[in-house]
Parts: sequence; structure tokens; C-alpha cells
Amino acid sequence: MQDKSINILGIETSCDETAAAVVADGRIVKSSVIASQTKLHEKYGGVVPEIASRAHIEKIYPVIAEAMAQAQTSKDDINAIAIANQPGLTVALVVGVTAAKTLSFAWDKPLIAINHLHAHLQSAMLSEENLQLPAVALIVSGGHTCLYDYRSPLEPELLGSTIDDAAGEAFDKVATILRLPYPGGPSIEETAAKGNPNAIKFPRSMLGSDSLDFSFSGIKTAVLYYCRGQDMKGEDRVDSMSAQQIADIAASFQAAVIDVLIKKTQRAAEKIGAKTILLGGGVAANNQLRTALQQMCESAEPPKKLLIAPKQYCTDNAVMVASLAYHKFKAGLFADLTLDPKASSS
Amino acid sequence: MRTDFNTISNSPEETIELGQRIGSQLKGGEVIGICGPLGSGKTHLIKGIAAGAGAEDHRHINSPTFVIVNEYAGRLDIYHVDAYRLNSVGEFEMLGFDDFCYPRSVVLIEWADKIESALQRIDYIWIELFHAGETKRKIHIENTPEYIAL
Repeated sequence: MQDKSINILGIETSCDETAAAVVADGRIVKSSVIASQTKLHEKYGGVVPEIASRAHIEKIYPVIAEAMAQAQTSKDDINAIAIANQPGLTVALVVGVTAAKTLSFAWDKPLIAINHLHAHLQSAMLSEENLQLPAVALIVSGGHTCLYDYRSPLEPELLGSTIDDAAGEAFDKVATILRLPYPGGPSIEETAAKGNPNAIKFPRSMLGSDSLDFSFSGIKTAVLYYCRGQDMKGEDRVDSMSAQQIADIAASFQAAVIDVLIKKTQRAAEKIGAKTILLGGGVAANNQLRTALQQMCESAEPPKKLLIAPKQYCTDNAVMVASLAYHKFKAGLFADLTLDPKASSS
Repeated sequence: MRTDFNTISNSPEETIELGQRIGSQLKGGEVIGICGPLGSGKTHLIKGIAAGAGAEDHRHINSPTFVIVNEYAGRLDIYHVDAYRLNSVGEFEMLGFDDFCYPRSVVLIEWADKIESALQRIDYIWIELFHAGETKRKIHIENTPEYIAL
């Protein structure tokens, strides 16, 4: 029997990860390969993701081949090639864009250009059939902290974003200050679980009562001064602190960041009359954030539905790229072989 | 003639203003290395420099620690690089640094001390920031071209 579903091969190389996936009809994941999470990584790369185009060049072909093999798909079953061509690191994006254009030309398949951040929103609704719109989408990661007014997969509208550090970056840098291991997000969360979130009152930067932008550089500096004294001339107290003191700092820091994320999301939801909240990005794996957002949605009047990206699709992946591409495929929104990578979102 | 310059900033706002004074006098073709510990104001200074160089939407100029390079369009093309996560000078060179350097561009590098050896063959402005109080910062600027008055 002929397979009538629309199969899209998605490719993602916007930052550290080299990833490819085959997704049918925008929601059935036939394969998902991420170089750093597979044996390919042992074969081709180091422990820490390499930040260089060379790493992507070495991994792109085996990753795509693996995604096709795992999906048990031949090129004849593929209906389109999707590539995240923005935003990201140009030298990394160009590897995926070149691979996607080459496959599009060689296999004679349409090419679909995807915005990496819009694709993150898609991760949150992979399993949802009846999405109630409008929705507010919160994307929180190491590189991004954004709120969107989401009315259709094709045209999310940016409501606000960080004016300095992303939330995930603040987690990472505070982990460095507290000498917690890399990656900082999971380390802070684990340490914070043993601490008192009310032990220290760290600042919550709201940027005025109307703003939907974020600022997390102030809280990073506040943690630094808490540990090293107001003039930075004091002794770095971290080494002499007890495990409990470190846990209290981590818990208080985490609570402050989550507080801001929740309040801003709530503010955005009220502004646009959102019925649903979407959460995606690497920091969406944080259980405290998930719980706090759940409480916010339940206590809202009327209650809002919360959709969170499954943990394996919170960080960068190609499933979200192929999934969003399905909507562009249906809308007939194709790119051509002049497609270029773009560092910033248009 | 190139000169050195020392100043004090009493707030993130003053750091941004200093950046704007520098940015508005840039002609293009400059590389600026910026270093200083966590929380010393590197991103704030760059926000100002980029605003001074005419970057659109400069309010949202943010830290590229994770994405490594942000690009902004303005009076000049602005490349905002962050070496914090880079493991080697080789990784820095593979980012396409040579492609960032041209007469209409300015390259701003945070945590430049991590990759300073890659800058040896070019003439660059060097800025160091030091904590001097809760919001006070000592700022040292080296090798400032004569057309930039501070």
C-alpha cells in the first residue's frame, strides 16, 4: 500500500547540535538523531559539543543517513527537505543549509526554510490535536528567552525577549560562580532541590509594569556579590560555604528567575487573552519551572491549558524543524536554492 | 597616534553611554577586544558601542555566550562575538573571524583575553573592565585611534 502521509526530512545545525529527523504529517516522529546524543558522537566528536563548522561538517552526513535508516525511509518516500536557516551561528547554519539544498537538488524535492525559534514552539504541541488559540509561547534556553503571541504555526509574533542575558545563560554562569559542574541548568536544579528558595531575596528585574522583555544580568551579578562581597574585594566565600549555603543560594536564584518567567508569561497571557500556554527550549526541562507554570495556568480564571515540550525535544533537535515544515508544506511555502543562512531572525 | 584612557563608570547606564561615545566615532574596520570578569559590564558596554554604531533595535542587543556570534545591521555591520564558551583559539578562527573583518564592519569580542593570540597580526582596541563597587567599574581602554575622542 502506498504511504499517503507527508514525510519531511528536517535538518538542524544552528548552534552546537547536528541533528536530522524524519517526521510524518507534522507529528509522527519516524526518527530523530542528534549527534551529541548518539554513538556517532563517540565516533566523530568530543564530550562537550564542539562549536565549529568543522564539527557539523564531519557529522552532517552520518546524522542524515542515520535518520533516514532509523525511519526506514528511502528518498522516494520523502516529500520535502526542511532546514533551520535562521537564527544562529552563520558558520554552523551554512553546513545544514548546504546539505539541505544539495539534497533538495539531487533528490528533486522541495526545500522548506524554517526559523529555529519558531520551530521550538512546535516542540510543545507535537502531541496536541486541538490547540485552543490564541496561545502565549515561552521559549527559554541558553541563547534565548522569548515570549510569542501564537495564533498560527506560520506567524508567531514576538512580544518580548531578553535585553541582556538569556535565562539559561544565567543558570550556567551562576553554576560557574557556585563551582557547580557543567551543564549549569541541571546542576543548579539538583542543588536547589536541597535548598531554601526563600533564604536570600535576589532581585526580580521586571523592567517596568508593561514590559514583556527580560533581564537576567542583574541577578547574575547579585549572586556574584553575595558570594564575594559588595566591592568584589572580599574573599570569594564559595569555597568555605557549606553545602547547605550553596543549596540555599541555588534555590533562591532559581526561584527568582522562575518568578520573573512566570510573571511575564502571565502578563503576556492577560494582554492577548491567551487560552493556552506553550513552553519550550532547554530550560523547559527544569521541573520547578514546569510546576510553577502549571500552578499559574490552573489558578488563572478561566484556567489555561499548558503544553510543554517533551524533555527530549526541549533542547535543539530536528523533529521540531520537520514538524513545523509540515505546516509550511501544506501552505505551499517553499524556498529555492538561493536560500542563505541568516544570523538574526527576520 | 594611539592613546590609552582610564575612566570610572558608576552604573550600567554610564557604561552604555561610554560605549555610545566610542561607537558613534567608529569609522569601520575596527576590532575591539573586551575583557573583564563575570558581571563587570562587557555586554552593557557593547550594547552602547553597537547603539553608537547605529545598530537597529539596540535595546535587544544581548549576550551571545550561547550562540557565540550576534550580527547587527547599522551604520556599520556589527559582529558581536563571545569567546566565553570557546575551548581554543582554533575554534575562534573557525567562526569565520577573517570574514567579519572588512572596511564597513566592526568586530566586538567579549572575553577577548581567551583568544588574544588570534589577534596578534591585527591592530585592535583593547578594553578591560574591573569591579570597583556594587555598580562602580574601572574601565581601561588601550590603543585608541586618534579619531576617537573620549
